[in-house]
Amino acid sequence: MTGFFRRNGIVISTYLLLAVFVWVAIMIVLPQAYMLDFSFRFNLPPGKIGGPEDVYTLKNYRYLLFGRPGDEAMFNVLHLTVFLRTIIASIFVTLINFAICYPIAYYIAQVAKGGQARALILILILPFWVNEILRAFAFRILFGTSGVINAFLQTFGIIDQPIDFIRADIALYAGLSYAYILLMVFPLYNAIESLDHNQVEAARDLGSPWWRIHWRVVMPHAKPGIASGCTLVFMLTAGALAAPQILGGPSSFWFTQIIYRWFNTGGNWPQGAAYAIVLLLACLIFVLTVMRLFKVSLGEIAK
Amino acid sequence: MTSARIQSLLVSFYIFLFFLFLFAPLMMMGTAAFNDVDFPQVVPWEGFTWRWFPALLEDDLMMEGIRNSIWIGIGVMVVSVPIGLAAAILMTQVHRKFQTIYYTVVVSPVLMPGVILGISTLVFWDRLGTFVNADYDTFFYSGMFLTIIGQSTFISAYTMLIFLARLQRFDRTQEEAALDLGATHVQVFWKVLMPFLRPAIFSAMGLAFLTSFENYNTTVFTIQADSTLTTVLAGKVRMGTQPDLAALAVLIIAVTLVGAIAIEVTRRREQAKAEAAREESLRLEKAADLPLAGQAAQ
Repeated sequence: MTGFFRRNGIVISTYLLLAVFVWVAIMIVLPQAYMLDFSFRFNLPPGKIGGPEDVYTLKNYRYLLFGRPGDEAMFNVLHLTVFLRTIIASIFVTLINFAICYPIAYYIAQVAKGGQARALILILILPFWVNEILRAFAFRILFGTSGVINAFLQTFGIIDQPIDFIRADIALYAGLSYAYILLMVFPLYNAIESLDHNQVEAARDLGSPWWRIHWRVVMPHAKPGIASGCTLVFMLTAGALAAPQILGGPSSFWFTQIIYRWFNTGGNWPQGAAYAIVLLLACLIFVLTVMRLFKVSLGEIAK
Repeated sequence: MTSARIQSLLVSFYIFLFFLFLFAPLMMMGTAAFNDVDFPQVVPWEGFTWRWFPALLEDDLMMEGIRNSIWIGIGVMVVSVPIGLAAAILMTQVHRKFQTIYYTVVVSPVLMPGVILGISTLVFWDRLGTFVNADYDTFFYSGMFLTIIGQSTFISAYTMLIFLARLQRFDRTQEEAALDLGATHVQVFWKVLMPFLRPAIFSAMGLAFLTSFENYNTTVFTIQADSTLTTVLAGKVRMGTQPDLAALAVLIIAVTLVGAIAIEVTRRREQAKAEAAREESLRLEKAADLPLAGQAAQ
């Protein structure tokens, strides 16, 4: 510690420690701790907070599992279904994203020449400067009942009646897959780019078919990138709010939308905090599983 | 046709499809912005119009949202750039034993859903406000303040990663040389480290502002009674839609295109300049070598 002060001098040392303390303690750790604490409390009016009624309870978590006491159903089927659907759909979207992005990342990293690669990266980034709400809005124009795709299909006589893509959630999944493409492409690109192209050539010269080159040479090398891309996309998809609000069908909900309701029209913050904790845990489990599966460290994921 | 040729055709076709997927929604939106119908649609085409662009300026709600977004963006820049810088410098100095745990903590906001950060910020400051009996018009309950803090929680991690990348290439001997020559620590910080980090500071500022401007997930919880561009937009899109949103998107795309091209042009120019400077210094070195070579010959 004295070494630290001697190395940086008093002024700079104070700045460094203070800034990091404010960030870590007041912005990261304490809010999370308070949210956790809050999720175990009753929903009380401001006057009663800190009073004798302000005690811990498991009620908020019980509600997610079993619903209101005295309900006919054993479990809170509605919310549990939404939760599972969110998780499974997010895994699905992540896999699709990987399948779409891997060839592009490989092409830019290993096949394209310098100038061409830079140009491709530039046009890749371009659509993502438009914010996610307007991007979701664009998918509505594309997929709506009077949208471009329906008009196209009808003109060519493939269908008679317009298909309700929004009700069928096709628009939602397309929009979610689109929204986080960049966060899959870039980790993959960075990982594949560091692979020596001679290794690919060597495998080819030794008679390996293209798919085995990818399976045995490129993908093992790109493992940290794959892990990083998949974690980011999963986390963002499971935590997405704008796309489900705009593109989700009227009868299907995303888990974040239920959380949002508890905080707004629902007016039950502790309940919302409990749901938020559950979502956070789900993401944490996913990250840890991916780290275990791919045998990578956190530092490699969050680069 | 050889199989290699077929393969390369397939690859080109795939790349074409990929970029079609990327740009089709935006092109549709771009077209809808000029269609003379009250509903955002491309077909049927009812004629070309500019009228959705002036409609944007008359939308007071949206204008206020944009103003708030700009202020919040500036606030986030002011908070997250110094924090990210401090966190990055500290990272290079933490003892090896603590490095992993420190890294895990400071990088965790990046791996956390934005809604969670918004909720935890909201709950924390609300409870703190109750605890100190703050009035409702104090910053504990101010949507703008909470949004700046909530967004900075994860944007600081982004700026830190930018600074870390730059610091990896920093030559510590420069610092030691300056200290040996009698500079104080503060002088070293301002005259050696800061100039070296200057490009990273600019990219961190740009990234912080843009990320803040775009953010929705965290903001929607922390902003409460106020509004930002994204929350206004989300409200409008959900209410039923008008082509003026498409017009806004067209404006954003246009600004982005110009910006992207400008960045690329400056980068190329700087690259050329750097190359010229290198050649120049090589030439000078050679010129300096000549008399020496002459002396050696004598």
